[in-house]
Amino acid sequence: MKALSKKRRHPLAAVALLLFGLLITGSLYTAAGNISEAKAAETTAASQTDVDEGQKLFVANCATCHGMNAEGSDSGPSLIGVGAASVDFQVGTGRMPMQMQGPQAQVKPVQFDDKQISQLSAYVASLGAGPAIPDEEYLDTTQGDAAHGGTVFRVNCAMCHNAAAAGGALTRGKFAPTLTGVTEKHIYEAMATGPQNMPVFNDSNITPEEKRDVITFLKTIEANGSAGGAALGSLGPVAEGLFTWTAGLGIIIAFTIWLTSRPS
Amino acid sequence: MTTTNEYQASTATGRIANFVDSRVGASAIVKEFGRKIFPDHWSFMFGEVAMYTFVLLLLSGTFLTFFFDPSMAHVVYNGSYVPMKGLGMSTAMASTMDISFDVRGGLFMRQVHHWSALLFVASLSVHMLRVFFTGAFRRPRELNWVVGGVLLIMGLAAGFTGYSLPDDLLSGNGLRIIDGVMKALPIVGTYLSMFFFGGEFPGEHVIQRLYSLHIMIVPAVIILLIVVHLFMVVTHKHTQYPGPGRTNDNVVGFPVGPVYAAKAGGFFFIVFGIVAFIAGLFQINPIWNYGPYDPSPVSAGTQPDWYIGFVDGALRLMPGTLGNFSFEWIIPFPWGDNTLVLSVLLPALVPAGALFVVMFAWPWIERWVTKDNREHHLLDRPRNAPFRTAMGVAGVIFYSVMWAAASSDLIATHFHVALNDVTYWLRALFFLGPILGFWLTRRICLSLQRKDREIVLHGREAGIIQMSPEGGFSEKHEEVDVYKRYLLTNFVDRQYIPAEPDAAGHISGSEKRRALISKFFFEDRVAPVTPSELEAAHAAHGHHEVEGDMQDSIGK
Amino acid sequence: MGDHSHGSPENSGTVAKADDVAQDRFPDPGLPPHRPRLADRDPRAAKRHERQVALLFTISIIGTLFFFVAYFVLGRLGEMSFAELRVQNAALGLGTAFAMLGIGVGIVHWAKTLMPDHELMEMRHEIRSEEDRQDAVEIVDTVLEESGIKRRPLIRNTLIGAIALAPIPAIFMFRDLDRTGNTANQMIDSLRHTMWDTGIRLTRDPSGTPIKASDVQIGSAFHVVPEGINETENPLNEKAKAVVLLMRMDPAEMQISEGREDWNVDGIVAYSKICTHVGCPIALYEQHTHHLLCPCHQSTFDLTQECKVIFGPAGHALPQLPITVDSEGYLVAQSDFHEPVGPSYWERG
Repeated sequence: MKALSKKRRHPLAAVALLLFGLLITGSLYTAAGNISEAKAAETTAASQTDVDEGQKLFVANCATCHGMNAEGSDSGPSLIGVGAASVDFQVGTGRMPMQMQGPQAQVKPVQFDDKQISQLSAYVASLGAGPAIPDEEYLDTTQGDAAHGGTVFRVNCAMCHNAAAAGGALTRGKFAPTLTGVTEKHIYEAMATGPQNMPVFNDSNITPEEKRDVITFLKTIEANGSAGGAALGSLGPVAEGLFTWTAGLGIIIAFTIWLTSRPS
Repeated sequence: MTTTNEYQASTATGRIANFVDSRVGASAIVKEFGRKIFPDHWSFMFGEVAMYTFVLLLLSGTFLTFFFDPSMAHVVYNGSYVPMKGLGMSTAMASTMDISFDVRGGLFMRQVHHWSALLFVASLSVHMLRVFFTGAFRRPRELNWVVGGVLLIMGLAAGFTGYSLPDDLLSGNGLRIIDGVMKALPIVGTYLSMFFFGGEFPGEHVIQRLYSLHIMIVPAVIILLIVVHLFMVVTHKHTQYPGPGRTNDNVVGFPVGPVYAAKAGGFFFIVFGIVAFIAGLFQINPIWNYGPYDPSPVSAGTQPDWYIGFVDGALRLMPGTLGNFSFEWIIPFPWGDNTLVLSVLLPALVPAGALFVVMFAWPWIERWVTKDNREHHLLDRPRNAPFRTAMGVAGVIFYSVMWAAASSDLIATHFHVALNDVTYWLRALFFLGPILGFWLTRRICLSLQRKDREIVLHGREAGIIQMSPEGGFSEKHEEVDVYKRYLLTNFVDRQYIPAEPDAAGHISGSEKRRALISKFFFEDRVAPVTPSELEAAHAAHGHHEVEGDMQDSIGK
Repeated sequence: MGDHSHGSPENSGTVAKADDVAQDRFPDPGLPPHRPRLADRDPRAAKRHERQVALLFTISIIGTLFFFVAYFVLGRLGEMSFAELRVQNAALGLGTAFAMLGIGVGIVHWAKTLMPDHELMEMRHEIRSEEDRQDAVEIVDTVLEESGIKRRPLIRNTLIGAIALAPIPAIFMFRDLDRTGNTANQMIDSLRHTMWDTGIRLTRDPSGTPIKASDVQIGSAFHVVPEGINETENPLNEKAKAVVLLMRMDPAEMQISEGREDWNVDGIVAYSKICTHVGCPIALYEQHTHHLLCPCHQSTFDLTQECKVIFGPAGHALPQLPITVDSEGYLVAQSDFHEPVGPSYWERG
């Protein structure tokens, strides 16, 4: 008995007690959650699980800026009606959770795995009707027309993203990013939802088939690469002029100095 | 009729040569040019680079003319490039696509042509800067300077007409901008635009007209001016850097045959090789990415080729309004209101105009201020002409700020700064940059001149520490040899010339202005070391010097 | 060390003369002595240089042969893949580069190492001698005298008149550079009118399908051309004036000026896409800031203030196209623009 009471008075006893308490609570909570999940699985489809899990993830990661019920706050807009596509895009490209407030959401390492992202999307989609995650058939580049897609791209997209999709500047520090390396799904979702300052290209503006054409075009030029050699960033005359004055004249001047120098 | 005494050659080559020579008088030319002396320095080669890239333009351009069709007739593309199959475009664009994808070596030739064009204007500009900073435009070469300036403008014209030929989205928007600038010209602007495009923009004629200009008129003028330019170089003989053995009355260097012919001839192949290397490995002007011209789409990062950039940059920097003051003036006339579009006219015409006017007039400006009407065949080291070097740097900064402004959106995305901030900074630099540059460059030149004086008077530190009998330490100095010393002291010592009365004893207003400018330019000056100064320096400091050996000669 | 500022402006130490040929100057020591090169001293080094030059010329030959391989073997007529084209382009470039550089570097190396490098000197000649000048002046005087032009002002004056006028037809020959056959007034007037007119439907660019008001949601940006543009004689000419941007805003955010209250449809507005600076298509729409940005020279227009210019070189706001809906719900124009579109010009008024 004496040994036990001595242990109870040990300085770390409180820490041990705290850990023990947390362990019990967490286990109970998990068990209770599982039980209720199991119950729910019996009554509704699996998506309800996703919605609930999504809500939990939302409350933990997004509610600070977007409000507990996604109603919006001073720090972030309402997400009611933005649709699963918005969430899939923003979270799937790592833009959300945002690093700091501002008009430009930067691409960062993705913080959630695919399952979590789909859960978040399911939750936000349940709040109000909005653009859905696109069907596979509209992402199938074998069915798209790259030539038509190029025309649609140049009219609607090239002014911000550059004709070769290398990206471009907007006002006051914002920019339109490059589209190389972006998945077909994310391209579609960005068009459909109009993230940040990008306009919304809903299906009555650019139809799903046209969106597929645009994606086919982008993937075609990405696969093609540059026929004439190193692309110098696909930035056009500025990069070419810079190359001329640095590498071009540089090599030539090196040769002129060699030519007029005295040999040994 | 003196057939009995005429020379008879013994070899086959000799007989052919003799045949031609006796009918055209080639011997005289061989006598005059065969061993002509040209001075040797790498900075003299930029004009050659310009000429050789021009030859490359002629060669690659001729190839392209066999395949390019400048018509703007509408056609449906059916060539190899899949992302454009079935699209409507002009014949000009379709033929350029064919050259790129359906003619073997076509893409390579297009790239050789375009890279040569960029290098042509770049080497032209560097050549012009070298001539300016070394004072090679002084008498008797003022006229050649003007010819060169016109060649530069012709180079810009050749480039602009050339890259607009494929009728792609990027160059088409460039033509749109030219149309807008034309329309802004008062009274004649709208008519000029209608005549140039054959009606409303874009019309169906402009590419063919640009083609005529690009392959016929502009190259003819350039070739003619190059001939005049080279004729004058031969007549005046080339200038040379100052140094031992080189005077204003001689030329020191190597003979045309065999050394110069070999070096210059070989250099043509070297330039060709460099351009071919670049054209094979680096893509330029991928028109298939831009697509055919259409007034509706536009690409982010729409810039002209680099040499037109400074005009585009000026257009970007100009504010349309300053607060409530608008730069678009609506002027009431008895017959109605007319618009004076200063927001376009000022940036398009004034900076370029000012640059070119000062550039062309500079030989006369310098003559007027320095009252120097002598022939100069010895060049200035830039540090020995601080006034000119500083003015040149100010001009280069003025040009470069506008040039940088043309890529303001790319500066913004690449350096993660706001587009609008880039514009504000460059607007400030447009005015402050040249002033700062002038002041800083002049100070640097004067300091370098003082350093030269130091070296002549006290030599270089030899790294040998010596102890005096009293116990003090000092470092021995190595005197420069006579050759280096001559180089460092043989320069034109320009001084301030106060206002001088003319024959009637009257000082005119312009003479007073000249004196003011002369004071500003030459009051701060560093004079070359004289022999008496050197003696005085030796006497004052005793003999710490060691004899420099012959290895320490002029940097060669 | 002590202060050796002998070169300071205040006390340069030398009373310099205005004349460049100063009395107190260092004399010209003449050309520095010639130093022989390795190849001059050592015959084996010369032989080695000779072999190097030959090697360079041989590399050139290989380069030329490689070019032919690249052209005929790597290239073929017909559809080449991008990768194949890129490889062929690089091969052609490398072949040419080696072919040319081999010759060039070879010749220059030969000149530098084996040809004599003694510096030679040649005197410059006068560009024009006084004797020539006097002779020329005499000849010119004689020519003028014998032509009689100075004594016969009637001939001279009529000659000047004739020669001054003779080239003028060449200038006027270019009148028909303008192929439209329009009079001067018609030329100016054409800038005031676009294809838009009452009842013309707004259609999508490039598909040409008409747009319903319900299609346009807040944050949308539609690129619009008038219906029937592809059936006109010069579609691109019409497009260059008639392209329009269609966007939708919350009506509460719009500041509408007098007379334009019915130009929009529930916050759906249409503005000319041609920049009023120098004519590029404006196109960039930032949906949250309501800014329209032109990519060419960064003119920025504020949609909430009827596209007033808020940054950049443009001189005036974008013209607004008054729109309404027709009986089927499609967006149509009420009339043409109320002012000329695009860049300003003298006669714009």
